[in-house]
Amino acid sequence: MINEFEEHNKYLKNVRARKRKIVFVRILILIVFFALWELLGDLKIIDPFLTSTPSRMVKSLVKVYNEGTLFRHIFITCYETIIGFVLGTLLGTLIAVLLWWSDFLNKVLEPYLVVLNALPKVALAPIIIFWVGNGITAIIVIALLISVVVTIISVLNGFNEVDEDKIKLLKTFGAKKIQILTNLILPASIPTLVSALKINVGLSWVGVIMGEFLVAKEGLGFLIIFGGQISQLDMVMFSIIILSILAYLMYEGVAFLEKIIKYSYKN
Amino acid sequence: MNKVAVNNIVMNYHSIDNLTTAIEDITFNVQDGEFLSVVGPSGCGKSTLLNIIAGLLKPSNGEVYIDQELSTSFSPKIGYMFQKDQLFDWLSVLDNVLLGLKIQHKINDETKGKVTEMLKSYGLSDFISHYPNELSGGMRQKVALIRTLALNPEVLLLDEPFSALDYQTRLNISDEIFNIIKKEKKTVIMVTHDISEAISMSNRVIVLTKRPSHISKIFDITFSEQYNSPLKSRKAKEFKDYFNDIWKELNN
Repeated sequence: MINEFEEHNKYLKNVRARKRKIVFVRILILIVFFALWELLGDLKIIDPFLTSTPSRMVKSLVKVYNEGTLFRHIFITCYETIIGFVLGTLLGTLIAVLLWWSDFLNKVLEPYLVVLNALPKVALAPIIIFWVGNGITAIIVIALLISVVVTIISVLNGFNEVDEDKIKLLKTFGAKKIQILTNLILPASIPTLVSALKINVGLSWVGVIMGEFLVAKEGLGFLIIFGGQISQLDMVMFSIIILSILAYLMYEGVAFLEKIIKYSYKN
Repeated sequence: MNKVAVNNIVMNYHSIDNLTTAIEDITFNVQDGEFLSVVGPSGCGKSTLLNIIAGLLKPSNGEVYIDQELSTSFSPKIGYMFQKDQLFDWLSVLDNVLLGLKIQHKINDETKGKVTEMLKSYGLSDFISHYPNELSGGMRQKVALIRTLALNPEVLLLDEPFSALDYQTRLNISDEIFNIIKKEKKTVIMVTHDISEAISMSNRVIVLTKRPSHISKIFDITFSEQYNSPLKSRKAKEFKDYFNDIWKELNN
């Protein structure tokens, strides 16, 4: 008995030690990377005009912060991204429901969906700018377009994967099609919906940054393109780093949501 | 009296390349309170036949009568049980059992009470608010049966209801489910490929030929001694003979 207890403790210790090691090395890589970057830049081994350095980035960041626009830029980009992927997911799901409802419509539209899926949606951006105007709306529409087709396809797949016998079961209860949808298809597809949401976060970032490159006067994408135009690579670099952090946080947020939903779904 | 009458059922399947006759003229009757089994080689259209009786599939020819009434679509007198339990993972046991009543807008205190009572009397009282993935395969199938019984059908159609279970569970649960069905006085048509199961549970066994299938022979199952459960009736001395006869008939 005592041996078993000790063995288990030893096992737990090992697991924890390994976990600590992984986190430690992760942080170490980050520190070494930034330290080397700074060092090589300061020693002029690499050209800080082209590569910037962490200290120059901080200086540039503080400058933008003092102008009072930093959080405005971050807020705008986050706002566009969130609206983009939420709308993309909702609209995609809605269209998937319609296609599930009418198999005929689904079959008719199949080749069009394939074309739309293969088409790089950013190519539509100039048209969209003309249609909805040169501003936030255009950016959101681009972000939405990027995620909506993938959502339709993956959600519809999820709908069609629901067990035929479960549908038959509801039919033996005399269920109408709308009841099959609300009692079976939608609740059974919640995991698919959440994973679509997860994919859409990434796609929405692509759409928003592309959109900001083209039309924006505000936002991180604007800072990046503006920094490039005025040869301020410090500004470009810190914007990219903020972008990475935000994208990571948003992804983790959705992953957390997925965990909660999966948990309540299973229990 | 005939509870169910199946008259001259023919079923053809169409595809672009060909036409397959799955069922070729099947006629039989089921008495009120009878337990009838249908056995046949796999792919002979047993499940198709059950779907036709249920009104889920339209036959190419022939009619199904329930209580002398022509049945053209799914009848509320019929309850259907599947090979897999088809419980909804996201609903509790109670909500799963109430599903049919919910679809038919019949949930009220009376029906709810009745269903809860049924869960309790069939040994599921501790699991009413549990979720399906917390139950064993046998219990899940029992929940599925109560879900079917909740709508108070008069005829139960069982489509290989035990074949997804392991052997031991299968024997135990078929015994239990048999007793529940008898207690609730239901008429049963069961499709199975398990000859022993068919003999031990049924009053009659219909043997189908391979496709295009028709009835090869109907066996009346009577034991000289009375047994109160399918498991015990496997000990009957006639059991082996029925088994051999049906086996021979299947392999003809």
